[in-house]
Amino acid sequence: MRRVLLLISWLLAASETMGAQSTAVASSRDNRPIVVASKPFGESYLLCEMFAQVLESRGFKVVRRPGLGATEIAFGAIRTDAIDVYPEYTGTGLVAILHDSLADSVAADPRAVFAYVARQSAQLYHVRWLPPLGFQNTYAIAVTQKTAAQHHLRTLTDLARESPHLIAGFTADFIGRSDGLVGLTRVYGIRPREVRPLAPAVKYQALAAGAVDVIDGYSTDGLLAKYDLVTLIDDRHFFPPYEASALVSRRLDQTMPAASAALTLLSDRLDEQTMRNLNRRVEVDGEDVARVARDELVVLGIVGVFRVTPNTSRGAQSGFLAYMWDRRANIVALTARHLELVGLALIAAVIVALPLGLALERTRRIAEPTIGGLGVLQTIPSIALLAFMIPLLGVGFAPALVALWLYALYPIARGTYTGVRDADPDAVSAAEALGTTPTQRLIWVRLPLAAPVIMSGIRTAAVITVGAATLAAFIGAGGLGEPIVAGLALADTRMILSGALPAALLALAVDGLLGLVERMVAPAHRRGTFWRRPATTRSS
Amino acid sequence: MPISLAARNVSHRFGNVVALDGVSIDVPAGRAVALVGESGSGKTTLLRCFNRLVEPEGGEVKVGDRDVRTQPAVQLRRGIGYVQQHGGLLPHWRVLRNVALVPVLQGMSDPLGAARQALELVGLPSGDFGSRFPHELSGGQRQRVALARSIAARPGLVLLDEPFGALDAISRGELHESFDGLRRSLSVTTLLVTHDLAEAARLADDIVVMKKGRIEQMGAMRTLITAPATEYVAQLIARARAGLEALQA
Repeated sequence: MRRVLLLISWLLAASETMGAQSTAVASSRDNRPIVVASKPFGESYLLCEMFAQVLESRGFKVVRRPGLGATEIAFGAIRTDAIDVYPEYTGTGLVAILHDSLADSVAADPRAVFAYVARQSAQLYHVRWLPPLGFQNTYAIAVTQKTAAQHHLRTLTDLARESPHLIAGFTADFIGRSDGLVGLTRVYGIRPREVRPLAPAVKYQALAAGAVDVIDGYSTDGLLAKYDLVTLIDDRHFFPPYEASALVSRRLDQTMPAASAALTLLSDRLDEQTMRNLNRRVEVDGEDVARVARDELVVLGIVGVFRVTPNTSRGAQSGFLAYMWDRRANIVALTARHLELVGLALIAAVIVALPLGLALERTRRIAEPTIGGLGVLQTIPSIALLAFMIPLLGVGFAPALVALWLYALYPIARGTYTGVRDADPDAVSAAEALGTTPTQRLIWVRLPLAAPVIMSGIRTAAVITVGAATLAAFIGAGGLGEPIVAGLALADTRMILSGALPAALLALAVDGLLGLVERMVAPAHRRGTFWRRPATTRSS
Repeated sequence: MPISLAARNVSHRFGNVVALDGVSIDVPAGRAVALVGESGSGKTTLLRCFNRLVEPEGGEVKVGDRDVRTQPAVQLRRGIGYVQQHGGLLPHWRVLRNVALVPVLQGMSDPLGAARQALELVGLPSGDFGSRFPHELSGGQRQRVALARSIAARPGLVLLDEPFGALDAISRGELHESFDGLRRSLSVTTLLVTHDLAEAARLADDIVVMKKGRIEQMGAMRTLITAPATEYVAQLIARARAGLEALQA
C-alpha cells in the first residue's frame, strides 16, 4: 500500500515537472511563473488579480490560483512554497496563524501589530509581509436597520444583551476562530439562540431575507452598503487591526527579489473608500474582476493603458444562456480538466482497489477491518483532506488527484470484495469439488459473476469523484469547481451555475455511461435482459 | 475402471462439534453405497473426506489403494465425479461447456465430444440442450446436467451429496431410474449421501446408517430390516414403513 502511494506520488511529481517544463517558456527575468493566490472571497480575488497584473506589467510570468480553501490552506501553501503570494490581513496573521494575542495598548496600534506579526511570521514560518496596502478590513458584525431599531442595537455590548433572542449566520471560518465567535463569547458574552454556518456569498441574502438576524461581514464589503446594514461598534476593542498586505513566500523573496519589489508598488496606495468601491463593483454590480483590477491600477498609474477591454459587466439584461454561451470555451476547458482529474483518480483507484478487493477475499479475516479503514477515509471532510495534502504535495493538480483517489478506493474495494465473496456459492463450491485451481475459479467463476457488482462499485466511485472534484478548486486544481468557488466568493449566481450545471450533467453522463458498461460486463446468462429482471437461477 | 474406497478410524471436528468419531468403511470397486442419517450425522463430512474437501484430523482415507494425501487435491478431484444438491452448474456457462469442464481440466483431446456423449447418457440430447443456459432448464434437467458433468471424463468413482434432494417426487423418480441405469452401464463406484431411506434402498447395494458421527449399522437393506443392529436403525425402518403403509391404506 505504501509502495503504491509512493509510486503514485512519484508519477504525479514526474508529470508535474514535465508540465512545468513545457509551460515555462523562458522569460526575460526568470523561467519560473509566479503563483499568485487568494482566499475564497471577493476582495481576496480582486487583490490577487491586482498582484498578478502588477507582476505581469513588469514582465513576470504569472499563474493564478484564486479561491484557495481558507486561511489554513492558503497559509499552508505559502509556508511550503506551493504558492508565492496572496493577500492576508495582520489580524488574521496574529490570531489565526500565530495563535497569539497582544496587550491592549499594542493591539490598538495597527503599526505595532504589523511589526509584531511580520517579525514573528519571518522567524517562525519564513514568510514575509510586504508593507501594508493602506486599508483595514476588519470584521463587521452587521444587522438590518429593522433589527437594530427593534432590539436597540448600536454596539456589540448591546448585541450581547439581546443575543439569546437572535439567530446568527456566520461563516465557518468565523465560528471557529478565536478572533471570531469564540472570542466574542468570551469577551462580550455573545451567545446567539442559534448559530448557522453560512457561505460568505449567501449570508447577506440570508440576512435580507430574515433567515438570520446577525452576520459577520468585512468592513470593506460592497454588500454592506447595498443592503443598508448597521455595523455594530466594537466598544471593547476586541477585534485586532486587520491591515491588508501581500504575504510573500520565502522562495519568491529570495530567488526573485524584483518581484517582491514590484508588489510593493501597491503598498499604502489603497484606502478603505477605494476598496469599498472596488468591492462594490465586483460584488454588487457584477463587473469583471480583471477589468476592475486593471482600471484601478491605471488610475494609480502603476500600469499603462495599452489595451482597452470591452466592458464584460454581467448586466441583468443578458440571459443565462447567453452568459453560458459567452463562456463556452472556458466551460469546455474546465470540463476537460474536471474529467482529467476524475479519470486519472478513478483509473489509479481501480488499479489499487480491484486487486485489493480480490486479495481480501482470500484473507477474509482482515477484509472487514481493511475495507472499514478505507471507509473511514470517506468520513474525512474533503477540505480537511485537501489541507493535509498541502505539506506533502503543495497545491494544484497533484494533491487533488491523491485526495480524489483516496475517496474512490472504498466503493471499488467494497464492490470487488463483496461481489467476489458472494458470487454464486453453489457454482464456486462445485467448481472446487471438480478440481479447479483457486486461480481458475477466480477467472472462470468468481470474476465473471461478480463483474456487475464490481462495476457498480466503480460507477459509485466515479459519481462521487465527479462531485468531490468540484472541491478541488479550493486547492487550485481547476475543474468545474473553479467557477463555483469564485461565484460563491463574488456572490454571482450565474457563475456558480456555470460550474454546477455542467458538473451535474457530467455526473449524470458518467453514471449513465458506466451503467451501460455495467450491462455489458453482466455474465453471459444475464445479457439481453435489458428491460426485465433476469430469471432466477434456482427453482427452490 | 471402478475404484475401491476405504476409510480407517476417521475422526473430525468442526470447532467443538464432533462430526466424525472413528468411522471405518470399505466400498469395493463397482459397488453403490448409500450414507443415510439425519442432518449432523456426519454423512456429508465422510463423503467429502474422499475428495479432500474435508481433511480429517485423524485416521486414514484411501481412494483406490492410495492414501488421498499422497496426491494433490486438485489432481485427486479431477478423477472423481461429484454432484451436489443444487447442481452447482456455472450459471454463465452454457450446458455443453459446463459438462465439458472436467474433460477440459484433464486435458482430454475432445472435451466437447465427451460432453455431448455424457449428455446423451443422461437423456439430454446435446443438440437441444447443449447451448442453453442453466436457468433455461427445469430443476430435474439441471440435475441431469450435473450428473452428466460428473461422468463426462469417465471417472471410476462418483460422489453424490443429496443429488436429488431439491427435486419434486416425479422428477426424482425419473432421475432415480436413469441414474440406476447409468451406474450399471458405466460400472462406476458410487457413494451417495441421502436422508431418504427409500432412495437409498432404490439406488444402493449397501446402506450405511450414521448417527452423531458414528456408524450404527452397515449392510444390505434386507439385513437392516430383518436384523436392525440398534434401536435407532429399527426406528428409521419403522418410520419409512409407516409412510409406505399410509399410502397403501
